[in-house]
Amino acid sequence: MATDPSILDTFFEECEDLIVALTEGLTEMRDGAEDDETVNAVFRAVHSIKGAAGAFALDELVGFAHKFETVLDELRSNRLTTDENLLRVLQRAGDVLADLVEAARDNIPANRDQVDPVLNELQAFLGDEDDQPEEEFVFEAMTLDFDNAEEQSGYRVSFRPSHEFYACGHDPELLIKALNELGSATTSVDDTALPDDFGDFDWESGYLTWTIEIEDLATDLGILEIFQFVDDLCDLKISPRDTPLTPGAAPAIELEDLPDIVQTTPIEVAPKDEHPPADTPPVEAPSTGPKADAKPAKRNAISLRVDPERVDRLINAVGELIINQSVISQRLEKAAIPNSSDLFADLDDYKLLAREIQEGVMAIRAQPVKPLFQRMLRIAREAADGTGKDVAIVTHGENTEVDKTVVERLADPLTHMIRNAIDHGIEAPEQRKAAGKPAQGVLTLTASQRSGSIVIEIADDGAGLNRTRIRAIAVEKGLIPADATLSEQEIDQLLFAPGFSTATEITNLSGRGVGMDVVKTAITTLGGRVAISSVPGKGTTFSITLPLTLAVMDGMIINVGGQTMVVPISSILESIRPNTSDISRIGLHGELLRIRGEYVPIVDLADRLGHPPDKRTMTDRVLLLIQTETVPQCALAVDDIFDQRQVVVKSMQGNYGAISGISGATILGDGKIALIIDPDAIALNAAPRNFEEEALHVAAS
Amino acid sequence: MKTRILAIDDSRTIRSLLTMALEKAGFDVTTAVDGVDGVQKFRDSDADLVITDVNMPNKDGFGVIDDIRGGEKNRAVPVLVLTTESGAALKERARAAGATGWIVKPFDDDALVSVIRRLTGA
Repeated sequence: MATDPSILDTFFEECEDLIVALTEGLTEMRDGAEDDETVNAVFRAVHSIKGAAGAFALDELVGFAHKFETVLDELRSNRLTTDENLLRVLQRAGDVLADLVEAARDNIPANRDQVDPVLNELQAFLGDEDDQPEEEFVFEAMTLDFDNAEEQSGYRVSFRPSHEFYACGHDPELLIKALNELGSATTSVDDTALPDDFGDFDWESGYLTWTIEIEDLATDLGILEIFQFVDDLCDLKISPRDTPLTPGAAPAIELEDLPDIVQTTPIEVAPKDEHPPADTPPVEAPSTGPKADAKPAKRNAISLRVDPERVDRLINAVGELIINQSVISQRLEKAAIPNSSDLFADLDDYKLLAREIQEGVMAIRAQPVKPLFQRMLRIAREAADGTGKDVAIVTHGENTEVDKTVVERLADPLTHMIRNAIDHGIEAPEQRKAAGKPAQGVLTLTASQRSGSIVIEIADDGAGLNRTRIRAIAVEKGLIPADATLSEQEIDQLLFAPGFSTATEITNLSGRGVGMDVVKTAITTLGGRVAISSVPGKGTTFSITLPLTLAVMDGMIINVGGQTMVVPISSILESIRPNTSDISRIGLHGELLRIRGEYVPIVDLADRLGHPPDKRTMTDRVLLLIQTETVPQCALAVDDIFDQRQVVVKSMQGNYGAISGISGATILGDGKIALIIDPDAIALNAAPRNFEEEALHVAAS
Repeated sequence: MKTRILAIDDSRTIRSLLTMALEKAGFDVTTAVDGVDGVQKFRDSDADLVITDVNMPNKDGFGVIDDIRGGEKNRAVPVLVLTTESGAALKERARAAGATGWIVKPFDDDALVSVIRRLTGA
């Protein structure tokens, strides 16, 4: 079979769907479903993976799937009964199969330490039987007995088709034609078996015996191949040409001498379209088809598979459309057209349509997080097995849809966080019991959509973060000064600091030299944020907030130090023109905004971005109250705000690498480029401890 | 006219592989995603040969052959069964169901094409 790379992609995509179906089926079985359809669905998923994997010579996958499938086949034929042990093994086999698919996709060798024990467990259900390897595609002719040891100078093939021969869609003409291609051949037919009375004629019965003598044919292999499918559907005799005809055999008649009646029978050498006979006009079959016998398909969603590149082209075009729309808006403003002009109403329609198109295109890229979650379920199970912890895994909101790229790139960070949660978060059963908790820990994966963002939460009911230890480690590793005063949230954030790892000894699971900083970077790259909330003794929750789409966002257009920039609307709570009484000074440069009785640190964006100090006071500027995951709130001081509009996000990563504080760029209506601020990074760098340092400064001077 | 082949398999991958191999060999290929779809497409079109998978949702390959052989239209069409099953049992079952021939997965493109040419006279 060919291994076109695009078909290999199709295969892995299909595998993903099949693994979902498999996992669903196994879950239903675990929940008590014993109906044939559930077992069948699981069987089919495994079977399909095996069948297609064979085409790409993915032998490890095929081998495992074969064993798995055989056990399932035993189960659906009721030769095995469902019990706890079987369900457990099937579950593990499902996990291993999924791992093997992933290993095959990533082109890495399978982890035999993981595969072999499950393979043995599967084999245990089968006993000693069925350990036969799959048969190769070979031409079989077991029913033929003749001596093909010596080379012959020619063969005589004589065959009389049975009734089934015709019923199975074979055509003697084609066989004769193929035999004629083997060498110079003479064909004759014996029609003595034809009924005397034409009325007795059964159109699909074989009355004729053909004899084909082929000269200069050294072996019978070609003949066997031709009769591969029909060797038991006809009276077949293959003999060397010089063997005398068996006594009593009917005299051979040359094909040309056939009586007229035979020539007109459709079973003869007439075109095969005339079976059944021409005098029976083809009648449309009664509709016994889908309506009558089709069970409603479980997942019968008709879907269209589109090359992702085409969608990306569309997304780019929509981006241009949105830019174009701002260009037109801006031109209209400059042209001093009266507000009453119909043009504005038209432009509003245009905006509406552009947004609708944009949402439509984004919806094409959206995918449910379900496959991702199911993969995570597996990872969680493996992690629980590996650590000997008893963990129940619960998922919510599996149907929440996220941009395809986001789903793909979330797998690694999520894997890491889940392993962490089970390895470090959830306690061992004895510890849990001692703490008065159920021995079984619970890990909850939740996906939900909240006002333009997707939130994914990984919550465990473990011991919670050990902040004293985190702090101590951070000091030890030189991440913070020994006397630093940190809030609980700041301590939690230390987990994401590069070079931080809480595991005292590196475990198999989470300690693979990848820290949570990599997790955070991965999420930030997707334009997302990650927050931690932890209650001692109750557990820890990591919340990942991601933009719904990566390509377009609602932004506030601002001015800082003479430059136009964009702040994501999603992080702005409100914009304020402060009064003098709202501003309090702290230290040399630090200023706080008092709002509704609370103090919020003010971050001067111009200062953060390296602009020369601005002499203007805060009251001349605009403060954007920013909500971030890292610092509760802060007020971002900007020079002015202009407008709120959709902007097309263009990544700068490819050309400039990651720039702290800047998440990307966009093109404005006037064709100028504006940088997009990453408020999270800006606020993080302005964490309140700066004020402490400032305070120390003041004290020292 | 090109030989028209109806390929029925619930696996996208196998459908792609079949389509690629058969179109390359100059056949006209229609695909169906399961047995029910396959029988429907068989009735709606004029296939010179049908290739069907065995294990499929809604209706399996043997059901497809039953429907074709039991129907009025073109019931003597050659039907190839495409399966991962091994020889002896498969042959028996395929034969009983009325299959014209069988191809074991993973199939060899050339062997498949030569079998099809032989069964259709193409």
